[in-house]
Amino acid sequence: MTLEKLILDLTHHIRINKGFLVWMGFLLVSLMVCLYAYSIQLRIGLGVAGIRDYVSWGMYLANFVFFVASSLIGMLISGVLGLIGMKWITPVTRIAETIAVAFAAVAGLVIVSDMGRPERLAYVFLYGRFQSPILWDVTVVITYFVLSSLLLFLPLIADMAIIHRSKQALPSWLRPVYKLLSLNFTDRPEQNKIISRSIRILLILLIPAALSIHTVTSWLFAVTSRAGWDSTIFGPYFVSGAFVAGSATVIIAMFFFRKNYKLQDYLTDLHFTNMGKVLVLVSLVYLYFNLNEFIVPGYKLKRADAVHLHDLLAGKDALLFWVIQIGGLLLPVLFMLFRRFRKPLPITIIAVAVLIAAWFKRYIIVIPTQEHPFLPIQHVPQNFITYAPTLIEILITLAPFILVLIIITLISKFFPVIPLFETAKEKGIEKIEFE
Amino acid sequence: MLIISDKYPIMEENLSPDQRDHPEKSKASTRRDFLKNIGLAGVGTVAGAAALYSGHIFEAKKESSGQNKILLTQDGKLVEVDSLELKALEKSPLDQNQYHGREGIPGKRWVMVTDLSRCRNARRCIAACQEAHHLRPEQYHMNTLQMQDSPNTAPYHMPKNCQHCDNPPCVSVCPVDATYKRQDGVVLIDNVRCIGCRFCMAACPYSARIFQWITPKYAEPDKDLTYNVELNVPQKLGTISKCLFSADRLREGKLPYCVTACPNSVYYFGDENEDAVTNGTTKETVRLSKLLRDNGGYQLMPELGTKPRVYYLPPKNRLFPFEATGETKPAIS
Repeated sequence: MTLEKLILDLTHHIRINKGFLVWMGFLLVSLMVCLYAYSIQLRIGLGVAGIRDYVSWGMYLANFVFFVASSLIGMLISGVLGLIGMKWITPVTRIAETIAVAFAAVAGLVIVSDMGRPERLAYVFLYGRFQSPILWDVTVVITYFVLSSLLLFLPLIADMAIIHRSKQALPSWLRPVYKLLSLNFTDRPEQNKIISRSIRILLILLIPAALSIHTVTSWLFAVTSRAGWDSTIFGPYFVSGAFVAGSATVIIAMFFFRKNYKLQDYLTDLHFTNMGKVLVLVSLVYLYFNLNEFIVPGYKLKRADAVHLHDLLAGKDALLFWVIQIGGLLLPVLFMLFRRFRKPLPITIIAVAVLIAAWFKRYIIVIPTQEHPFLPIQHVPQNFITYAPTLIEILITLAPFILVLIIITLISKFFPVIPLFETAKEKGIEKIEFE
Repeated sequence: MLIISDKYPIMEENLSPDQRDHPEKSKASTRRDFLKNIGLAGVGTVAGAAALYSGHIFEAKKESSGQNKILLTQDGKLVEVDSLELKALEKSPLDQNQYHGREGIPGKRWVMVTDLSRCRNARRCIAACQEAHHLRPEQYHMNTLQMQDSPNTAPYHMPKNCQHCDNPPCVSVCPVDATYKRQDGVVLIDNVRCIGCRFCMAACPYSARIFQWITPKYAEPDKDLTYNVELNVPQKLGTISKCLFSADRLREGKLPYCVTACPNSVYYFGDENEDAVTNGTTKETVRLSKLLRDNGGYQLMPELGTKPRVYYLPPKNRLFPFEATGETKPAIS
């Protein structure tokens, strides 16, 4: 394979075509609709959502947990698999990092939509108290976002250097941008040394940072004494669940990039089957934590736990609970044990099911617990007793998804989805002209 | 730090036009004579300037009173300040309220005792509370719950307000110090600070907190009122509200709104330090320790380690038969 062919294959999608404009137009119009819904919330108050005094954390918070969860995949792919020397992950790393950056960035916005007084956001920094897990969460989410952004950018430097010198047709305004981003990289040994060393440090830092963001997010719940949240395994339970959601997201993204950007030669069946194995592994770990999380309190049936578990396993949330656990965890694991279900199309369908289940799993972690406080809910209107999301709330919940799609679309549209420089090296293309 | 003192005469008056200030003069004297003249002229100019400057300082000094005050600064240093330099610190009414509201009432440890044997769900406490704090009917700082501890035990009415815990989970989780514990035991919420994250609601095991989901009831008539953190009025959209033990009444030496509104002598309120609580209806003052000892006083969910400042007396020898009100059945909690 020649370098020209490689550059062509990995950058031919970098052009503004009709499909892109239509897709972005659709996303932007949808975003506007959701932002309009948010403007109503800003004007009238959080009361436009279904949350009330007893269930005071609703879909927004479930959504926040989901976004933080999905962003963790950057750490699993690049950090864990990368550091133990898995070679096959090269074409998947940038996809995983893009997802990590997009979801982590948007997670910060999701939580603002849940604030009663968003204009006081700066108070968290001005008057922050370190006793509060919210402070820890803000700190680690920002840290993780910065680390992930750097990890997305550093491997891009060499790619930019190659592309801006190549004869590949690019939008004219893009070439100087690439030149700027390439930071005068010319493949000198000392440059490579700096970059590879920095990446290695980032990868090592990324692991504790990622573990922290989701552990601390789980502590928003676990530090309370409420039945269903009062759990010592919430940290690992959330982290393992995050890997399930993130792996599914990566598989779905891989499928779309492979198809739309014609990357069949780079994102091969091998990558899908391997991602399938990763998903099976993390799902089994998650299943294990699920057993612990439900069987241990279910065996003892302490008073408050009993009410909570009854509603979840056999009561009003039972249908949702079992569909999520069986359809989104157990069955996917069983199917993916077979090679033919790890082919691109079937595994993508499985991943979609897993991802939807992952979102609703956060929903049933966050909401039912609040419907069973220790003291009875009495003398209040019906909508205080049971939580039902409103249309405005659903639209505001959709906005972050649209934002994530916009960010991923822009990054993947204007930069190579597959790391060019690393792939060239792996394919044995040694002679790359940088002068 | 500003020190104006008579002990030190103006420095410039002591200066003579010598080499100390003008080392170039000694250099010049070793050179040719005409340089000496120039040097002298230079010294003359500087001396003139010094005289003018000292005159200016003297004029400035005439405006001081000559009377100094010795003051202690916030960081614990003694400083001397001319009395004319002293200015009264102007505090806005809001700042004043916020200062008192955070400080609390020194020497007090407020405590409440709710006698369940006397409650028949008259709900006057709720009405008085909602009126004082400008709340809607479904917004409770104080609510009476119909309880039944197990299927075979008798149902009873239980007034439930903020327990003003000594180990308050809500205060621990607040990211911005909006909700806080005062020296007199009261837990308050500052709705000028609150960001509306509702972590405190999630953390409170007693469901004691409410949120202003929509524009508060009296937002329009209250809009010119100065915010009083001890009353939490005006209520503010997008912030938390909660029972305050009527901190504004305590400051006036009065009993809380709910306590005085009760027609059935359910509530005692007082100071743990004095070991005395006063019944809001009969105004009878009794020993707190004796009241709790004689009647088997207890706290709500003490196993959570929250250390509530509200005590309950069990519903025995009831004054009234239990009547369930409305559609709400007693909840087996």
